Amino acid sequence: MQLAVNIAVLASIYALICCGYVLIYRVSRVLSLAHGELMMLGAYGLYATASLFSGHPLLAVAAAGGLALAVGAAVYAALMWRMTGESVLAAVLATIALGILLRGLMVLVFGTQTQYPLRDLGWTNASFDVGGGARISGVGAALVLGTALAYGSLFAFLRGTRWGLRMRAAGQNPLLAAQRGVRLHGIYALAWALATFTGGMAGILIACDAGLEGTLVTIGLKAFPAALVGGLDSLLGALVGSLIVAGAEVLLIHYVDPLLSDVVPFLVLLAMLVLRPWGLFGSREELDRV
Amino acid sequence: MSVPRASGYFRTRYAQDTALLETRTQKACALAFAAGLAAYPFLAGPLALDLANQVLLGSIGAVALMLLTGYAGQISLGHAGLLAAGAFTGGILFKELGAPFWVTLPAAALVGAGLGIAFGLPSLRLRGLYLAVSTLALHFIVIHAGAEYETRRGFSTGIVIDPPRIGEWVLRDARAWYFVLLAFAVANLLFSLNLLRTRTGRAWRAVHGREAVAEALGISVRRAKLAAFVVSSAITAVAGCLFAYYRGFVSAEAFSLYLTIQYVAMIIIGGMGSLLGAVLGTAFVTVFPYAIEAVMRLLGLADRLSSVVFAVNYAAFGLVMILFLVLEPQGLVGIWRRVQEWFLLWPFKQRPLSK
Repeated sequence: MQLAVNIAVLASIYALICCGYVLIYRVSRVLSLAHGELMMLGAYGLYATASLFSGHPLLAVAAAGGLALAVGAAVYAALMWRMTGESVLAAVLATIALGILLRGLMVLVFGTQTQYPLRDLGWTNASFDVGGGARISGVGAALVLGTALAYGSLFAFLRGTRWGLRMRAAGQNPLLAAQRGVRLHGIYALAWALATFTGGMAGILIACDAGLEGTLVTIGLKAFPAALVGGLDSLLGALVGSLIVAGAEVLLIHYVDPLLSDVVPFLVLLAMLVLRPWGLFGSREELDRV
Repeated sequence: MSVPRASGYFRTRYAQDTALLETRTQKACALAFAAGLAAYPFLAGPLALDLANQVLLGSIGAVALMLLTGYAGQISLGHAGLLAAGAFTGGILFKELGAPFWVTLPAAALVGAGLGIAFGLPSLRLRGLYLAVSTLALHFIVIHAGAEYETRRGFSTGIVIDPPRIGEWVLRDARAWYFVLLAFAVANLLFSLNLLRTRTGRAWRAVHGREAVAEALGISVRRAKLAAFVVSSAITAVAGCLFAYYRGFVSAEAFSLYLTIQYVAMIIIGGMGSLLGAVLGTAFVTVFPYAIEAVMRLLGLADRLSSVVFAVNYAAFGLVMILFLVLEPQGLVGIWRRVQEWFLLWPFKQRPLSK
């Protein structure tokens, strides 16, 4: 039972991170390898707002969310729009370079100490029973709920609203969408903003759970196989992929060897790439050359 | 390679068609350059010598990556994994069997070639991004295997390797290393230059251009891709083994993802699809952190930021990479070519449109 809870929490972490990868890839066909760093930036955003709005934790969280949205749009406006139409490799490398830049800047600005934003907010991470002798921490529960909420609203947004429709259109065929009056740059910026927002939320929650330090980036990178297993352009796939990767990871750590934790997602990824490169729910596409 | 010079140059013998250096000026320049390289270690201080050694060592790996990515068009994010494989092959053979360097280097090449097949197999089905991701996954697996060996055998801080020796003579002096590495780098460069002019090299470029057309021309795309991976990985693994000997130390931590990114940055900053670019990029990326440090010392920031030097390096490196990607996608070679062009065309600014 405890295993099931662990899987659920880990899967929600991965899923919440993954939807950033999926959103950006689906809309603009760019793979953002700076996602881990953007996540961390979101968490540092909370660290900054927590000291700014001390005594108003909810306000601080909301401000951090707004900050993440703004950062995402700014990343697109400052860098990624120049990469539109460039080769796949150039765009991916630009995100990698952005990641290195951000990592360096974050250390310069915030230092290398581990921070505990939860304590700064004045909350505690109590754990409670969920039945069957299993326990879940408060932050873990928040993660599961937050992921459910994020995916629910993303589905509703993409299916039900005009902006969501435009986003899907831009992802399917940018040229046609642009000719029908969809402003592509606006859509791409929105995708980056949403992706950074969800990533930032994931970063905040993980930081609340385990403390805010450099390893957050590794988690961001480890979530990426989950997105690919599910199919890089499918939100549903990201959910399923996260479950598979998290399940494999937790079970293998429990029954085989704890040291495997860093490689399991990538082993799953390799297996998937050999069997079904486009993922479980992804659309089979003609992949671009360098 | 053979850009006709503006003054006009006519080939009258077949040997001139295959010559690497065509004109007398080129030969003279190459000779002067070689003399400079030979004199360098006797003029340079210890730091400059170490830097030169690092550049030579890095250029081997960068040229190998350039063959794979710049010419054959296969993206690889597993370069650090291959370097690690070479280094660990050397380290393990030395620790377990006490093998000398003339066993470990060929062994590293063999392991590299084998891994090249493993890295290359996904390329038969995958392209672009997905290929990059599969090599990334292999990188993590190789590194994990290396780290596992370290912990299992109790070398948790890393494997210490003795310097290579021939009889009584031990390769320890930085100056001696310089000439050894120079020999390796030059041999690698000449090998690559010539390989690119052979059937294999032309097949790689065709595959890069468009796979379907290459197939229609009678090129076996599978074989070309696998060959690219095998050759590149074997060279890279040898470079990794040399790296292990040069440092005298192997540790899984040294081969992080950041190292891969540095190598990719070398070929991006140098300029895709040019061996000269790979060498220029290596020099740039290797010297860059030292330049940053010098600038910091000049600005008087060195003491204040001494604990976070790596962060300054990261930030500056990311920024430079972004600037190159956005402003100069052709890299250093692009700048070099424009300079050449400027002198060739002077006093005109552009090539005539009709030609």
